[in-house]
Amino acid sequence: MEHLQVLLVVVPLLAAPVCALLPGRRMPWLFATVVAWAAFAMAVALALQVRASGVLSYALGDWAAPWGIEYRLDAANALVQLLVAAIAAVVLPYAGRSVAREVDPARQGGFYSALLLLIAGLLGIAATGDAFNVFVFLEISSLSTYTLIAMGRDRRALTAAFRYLIMGTIGATFYLIGVGLLYAMTGTLNMADLAERLPAVSDTRTVHTAVAFIVAGLCLKIALFPLHLWLPNAYAYAPSAVTALMAATSTKVAVYVLIRFVYTVLGADFAFGELSLAAVLLGLAVLGMLTASVVALTQPDAKRLLAYSSVAQVGYMVLGLSLASVTGLTAALLHMMNHALMKSALFMALGCVAYRLGGTAVADLRGLGRSMPWTMAAFVGGGLSLIGVPLTVGFISKWYLVLAALEQGRWILVAAVVASSLLAVAYIWRIVEVAYFQGPARADVKEAPWSLLVPTWILVLANFWLGIDTRATVGLAGEAARTLLGAGP
Amino acid sequence: MNTATALQMCLLVPALGAAGIVAAGRWPNLRETVTLVTAAALFVCVLAVLAGLLDGDVPTVVLAEPLPGLPLALRPEPLGVLFALLASGLWLVTSVYSIGYMRAKQEAHQTRFYLCFAIALVGAMGVALASNLLTLFVFYEVLTLSTYPLVAHAGTPEAIRGARTYLGILLATSIGLFLPAILWTYSVAGTLDFRPGGVLAGHLGPVETALLLGLFVLGIGKAAVMPVHRWLPAAMVAPTPVSALLHAVAVVKAGVFTITKVVIYIFGLEFLAGVPAERILVYVAGFTVVASSIVALRQDNLKRLLAYSTIGQLSYIVLAAMVLTPLAEIGAAIHMVAHGVAKITLFFTAGAIYVAAGKTRVSELDGIAHRMPWTLTAFAVGALSMVGVPPTAGFVSKWYIIAGAFQNDLYFVLVVLILSTGLNAAYFLPIIHRAFFRPETVVPKYDHGEAPWPMVAALVFTATLTLLFFFFNGPVVDLEKSIVRPS
Repeated sequence: MEHLQVLLVVVPLLAAPVCALLPGRRMPWLFATVVAWAAFAMAVALALQVRASGVLSYALGDWAAPWGIEYRLDAANALVQLLVAAIAAVVLPYAGRSVAREVDPARQGGFYSALLLLIAGLLGIAATGDAFNVFVFLEISSLSTYTLIAMGRDRRALTAAFRYLIMGTIGATFYLIGVGLLYAMTGTLNMADLAERLPAVSDTRTVHTAVAFIVAGLCLKIALFPLHLWLPNAYAYAPSAVTALMAATSTKVAVYVLIRFVYTVLGADFAFGELSLAAVLLGLAVLGMLTASVVALTQPDAKRLLAYSSVAQVGYMVLGLSLASVTGLTAALLHMMNHALMKSALFMALGCVAYRLGGTAVADLRGLGRSMPWTMAAFVGGGLSLIGVPLTVGFISKWYLVLAALEQGRWILVAAVVASSLLAVAYIWRIVEVAYFQGPARADVKEAPWSLLVPTWILVLANFWLGIDTRATVGLAGEAARTLLGAGP
Repeated sequence: MNTATALQMCLLVPALGAAGIVAAGRWPNLRETVTLVTAAALFVCVLAVLAGLLDGDVPTVVLAEPLPGLPLALRPEPLGVLFALLASGLWLVTSVYSIGYMRAKQEAHQTRFYLCFAIALVGAMGVALASNLLTLFVFYEVLTLSTYPLVAHAGTPEAIRGARTYLGILLATSIGLFLPAILWTYSVAGTLDFRPGGVLAGHLGPVETALLLGLFVLGIGKAAVMPVHRWLPAAMVAPTPVSALLHAVAVVKAGVFTITKVVIYIFGLEFLAGVPAERILVYVAGFTVVASSIVALRQDNLKRLLAYSTIGQLSYIVLAAMVLTPLAEIGAAIHMVAHGVAKITLFFTAGAIYVAAGKTRVSELDGIAHRMPWTLTAFAVGALSMVGVPPTAGFVSKWYIIAGAFQNDLYFVLVVLILSTGLNAAYFLPIIHRAFFRPETVVPKYDHGEAPWPMVAALVFTATLTLLFFFFNGPVVDLEKSIVRPS
């Protein structure tokens, strides 16, 4: 059992090449699904262990910590691993029929192998306590993502993937440069070790430059406004299942790395006190929340609309983490989970639409309220959560976010969150209105198959269930926030 | 049934009713039976809660705890039970009326209609019985969202536009102003429980208190205080039973009820009385009363006229709550009932006229009383209650509000009430005159008498209630006296 920490990453990583070799169309899918479920089981077991016994440490290849690679699991990354594994476990069953329709049949094996690599990469980023190892997994996940996006059936998927390739590589390279500079100054790559040695050299220009590179690089991966330009096309043209998985996990894991870096490696006092990172991040977060929401209003395609909404939602998370308080960090972590739940539910509902219509243009959704009642009801459910209506998870994270802003008397931030929520009402309602109140029911369109609907609804119900019974999520996020801020478990 | 169970049943019964309505959707007679049985059962549950309250049995029932220390919980309290009684009692009457209306009009989507109605009642009950502001907010939003399909019911471009305004204003105010006000309250007071005497005393300075109160009054958009009143006329595109129960009773009363509750149990009368800037809201509400009446004078569409009249009458309640004296608070509570029974009568008659004669305009009503004597008599009773003439319900509440204003030397309120009485008379009396005393100028397209009997029965019943309330208001007043009794 003590190897569970590493197995969680190694199993999907090794499963990927096996998957590529499997024959037929259904075999790779079945195999990948089983692997995803196994990963989920392991993530749950690990999260329970962390809850019971605190921080877990695992030395890779038995090389002791500062020299070897250490996998270090506390409440924060246990949460992220659980999130990635859970979303993967729901998306993969869904992927079966959706991908069969959207991706070239000859490439199914490759597709699922890339998907497993993506999952392995994301889990790896969350698992490791080594700054360079983060870069390695970041590249594994990014490279597989480029491939997956390029497999979209629209030819524009190729340019979208290429654009993401360029921007993503810049981001990862920036991160690497930053880590390199830190290594030059401290001689270590282990995060805990870095945290100990940094204060001695923190007042040097090299360290400041390193921080600038790392933060800018990560913000690119997070798609923080104005570094978000790769995201809308990537989400819009990737296959539906990939969009659902990516929207729920990729940016979230990058947010986690930023949180880990700022709070554990640099320390909140240094990052926000001396470097005043908050001034930059807060401004961008607020700008992103507002402009991306306004842009979302004007999108003619529902998938792109939600992509812009994701850019806005990233703003909430960065806002929460920039407040440098337990409540703010709790809000950021909560919104990380909650946004994953709502966005994957929404993208999966749109995937059901794409399965029947072949596209997701808003104008084509006319009358779908009656032709695809379950699909559209799922969309409304996810949409309510996105808006932040009470009894959904969206309400819970916004509650904490506003509370955190109020604690510091920052009324402008409260106003920004509120304004952005109202814009969310407007863009979600645009779709609801078209689907339910415009045009007659479309006789040529049938409800999506249940193998797509069931996973979608599992996520929609999770949005409501976790919005009512929040003991687990708020407990875990609060514990993680306190650990990160060093305020004791 | 003990009180705690009865409280839970108040939410559960309409929720189960909603499920039953969907299940019985294919058999209209069964579906309507489900609605009627649910409404009756709900009324009984509320009565059981009332009985418990009178015995001094006030349990707190926790439904869930979504935020640590902030449970979703129910707890009966005189003002809330009164609102619950009003909403559930009139739901029963409206259900009878709806059956007549929806069938006579052969409306589509009737299952969706009854379903949303039942869910709206879950929202109203939750608002009425909430034990803290968070619970209240949750059900307030349930009420908003469940009534949206009812407003958009017809599906015409006009209905969709109206529904968009409706949802837009209500959600924008509740998310944009009400929720921040709740969060602000929580961050300074550390609790959102409704407590006698309020929870905010000593936590806020005078300017901040006035700001917070402003956030509440404008954020609770359902109270339709100007300038956030536009949703109410927009909602008039809904079928008439919706306008009657929801936009004369459940939804709008949820708004003024919430304001009254916030003033009494969150701010506390004594604390607010020490804040001079609070007077600004008295003027805003007073302005709404007068301005909406002036707008109503110029309306020809009967339902829109009634909507503007509702806006004015709601601000009576806000005004009364802001007077901050015990008598005026009682007046506010009583006016909820008085206006509720009278306004639902007026909407019922508007619907009956529409169904029987196909008329929606005031200018078409010449001589119609000779064809529909019961309906128009009921209309006259409702209209007189709006003006506040004895022996109708409207007189009683106006009496208490004026008495309360005298206690606090607020002569502005007195002036507003007198002006409003005059204006109400100016737009209601001509309608009565027209219907009863003018000859029928235009021969109707088809010969008609009264509307279907369930509709007539319902509107005669509520008109009778309006009259009876003048004579037998003692129990209600006694019940509500306890809301202002110092704890």
